[in-house]
Amino acid sequence: MRQLVQKPPGRYWLVFAAVLVLLLAPAAIAYLDQPFYLDVLMRLMILAIAASSLNLILGYSGMISLGHSVYIGIGAYAVGIPAYYDQYNGLLQLALALGGAGLFALVTGLICLRTRGAYFIMITLAFAQMMYFTFVSIEEYGGDDGLVIYARSDFAGLYDLENNVRLYYLVLGCLLLTLLLVHRIVNSHFGMVIRGAKSNDRRMQAVGFPTFRYRLTCYVISGMICGLAGWLMGNFTGFISPEMMDWTRSGELIAMVILGGPGSLFGPAIGAAVFILMETVLAEVTIYWHLYLGLLLILVAKFGRGGLGGLFQRNRGTP
Amino acid sequence: MDSTLLVIQILNGLQLGVLLFLLAAGLTLVFGIMDFINLAHGSFYMVGAFFCATLTLWFDSFLLGLLLALPLTLAVGVVVELLVVRHLYQEDHLQQILATFGLILVADTLVHIIWGPEGLTFALPEVLNGQVTVLPGIRFPIYRILIISVGLLIAAGLYWVVARTRIGMLIRAGASNRRMVGALGVDIRYLFTLVFGAGAVMAGLAGLMIAPITEASIGMGNEILIVAFVVIVIGGIGSIKGAFLGALLVGLIDTLGRSFLDGMLKLVLSNQAAETSAPAISAMLIYILMAAILYFRPQGLFPPKGR
Repeated sequence: MRQLVQKPPGRYWLVFAAVLVLLLAPAAIAYLDQPFYLDVLMRLMILAIAASSLNLILGYSGMISLGHSVYIGIGAYAVGIPAYYDQYNGLLQLALALGGAGLFALVTGLICLRTRGAYFIMITLAFAQMMYFTFVSIEEYGGDDGLVIYARSDFAGLYDLENNVRLYYLVLGCLLLTLLLVHRIVNSHFGMVIRGAKSNDRRMQAVGFPTFRYRLTCYVISGMICGLAGWLMGNFTGFISPEMMDWTRSGELIAMVILGGPGSLFGPAIGAAVFILMETVLAEVTIYWHLYLGLLLILVAKFGRGGLGGLFQRNRGTP
Repeated sequence: MDSTLLVIQILNGLQLGVLLFLLAAGLTLVFGIMDFINLAHGSFYMVGAFFCATLTLWFDSFLLGLLLALPLTLAVGVVVELLVVRHLYQEDHLQQILATFGLILVADTLVHIIWGPEGLTFALPEVLNGQVTVLPGIRFPIYRILIISVGLLIAAGLYWVVARTRIGMLIRAGASNRRMVGALGVDIRYLFTLVFGAGAVMAGLAGLMIAPITEASIGMGNEILIVAFVVIVIGGIGSIKGAFLGALLVGLIDTLGRSFLDGMLKLVLSNQAAETSAPAISAMLIYILMAAILYFRPQGLFPPKGR
């Protein structure tokens, strides 16, 4: 059992430095007058939240979901559909995002989690694709073309999201909260059962844990965190379309998690950062940047076990 | 319900079914024998279509384009197996997903570089452009009949190869215990390459057959691939018979659902409610079918024995 207990993340100074940089970034960006980079950082952090939520089930519980971007879509539509009816109440939208994502995870999880291995991968993929085609076929909400959101979530004037810097700090807060939550979950009694079920499900059941319920709960929590990322994404982009939940988006989330290192707390965030920075830098040089990304992913799959996140933790748990 | 429309839609469903089978057969064989999840299988579908389109335009002959595109697709499949896939059999599914996702990006970008961002269209030869009378008073395009026939022929041929030949015996043996087959002196690596190449050719064939109807476009394989996944999950991963029956089932249900669901819903719902909900429900139909089947049989309809 002792092996399962993860040491607290090491190299605190690196984490503090990263948070400090993120806290000061808006001021620096305003000083340099480069608002584009504020957008890059926001997208990066939102995807880091989504990747961290995927890591909770993929890295720590061994459930390889290839349909995780569906929760981004659900969260984003929870902003877009109320907005379509001129309903901008932020709390309502947030509740819809979390509730919708949680409900979808619960219903599909009941079926997905009955299966293992390759079946699980393909079923999560299929359910996500089902939502994709559903939203494509609903003409009322724009179908293929999506919806434009004309105003961001409204919190009765207490916190004005129309201001980009305010939104930035909200995203940063959500990211830190997510990382804290994942850290607490993974190192709790609950998290130990989850990680135990990953390495030997049958033994955990023999010891007396109803692992199905534990894994389902974990699956739902992960979906809800990703729904939060979707809610932020909808507010950030101001435009939503089924394309957000296309399965290649889920593939990108998996790529971020593995690039950063599955099963490490900061790995997915680092993976998201690498991904977005590559996109930002390479896309300026060549329109064919996906070629290099693809080659990188193939190389990482073959040689890069543990990803880049391993650098940030002195002692990693069972890989 | 209009019976003429019903027959035509059943034929359309069959056509989708055999295309799905051509894709699913390769997926399920590769998974059954090598335990390898290939997200990039749809890329062969795309590559086959682009090869055929280019060659057809070049030689001004669909037949020549088709006959040359198949060995080219095979070559691409074998090269991909030797360069990338071979090195991933030992890795777990997560690494395989990452690598084959990378392969998709590479394939899509290479096609973009070679053929440009636009799709390629080409016309069918005159002979194949007409319609035939399939039943008294019901006419159906010859070319679609041809697609169905080719698909069924390949299915029969594949069944014969797997069930009756030495290679097929090795494939079945490899599916139940690949280390034992290797220990008995069979060059298992050669067998893997062969099966992977055959899967690539079948996917390429599906792509090039559909290209004259739609077009050859970037990413065309990525969407149908998911439906092929649904097919093999329903049929039982690793089972050819399951892939065949699953493909026909999914093809028929999807096609018939899209054309008749709103009519059926109008019997129980108001016209307007039926018209708004029918497209969404028919898009979900095959996934609901999959969920229902898996709820009762988590291993699919025909799980291969010995696993």
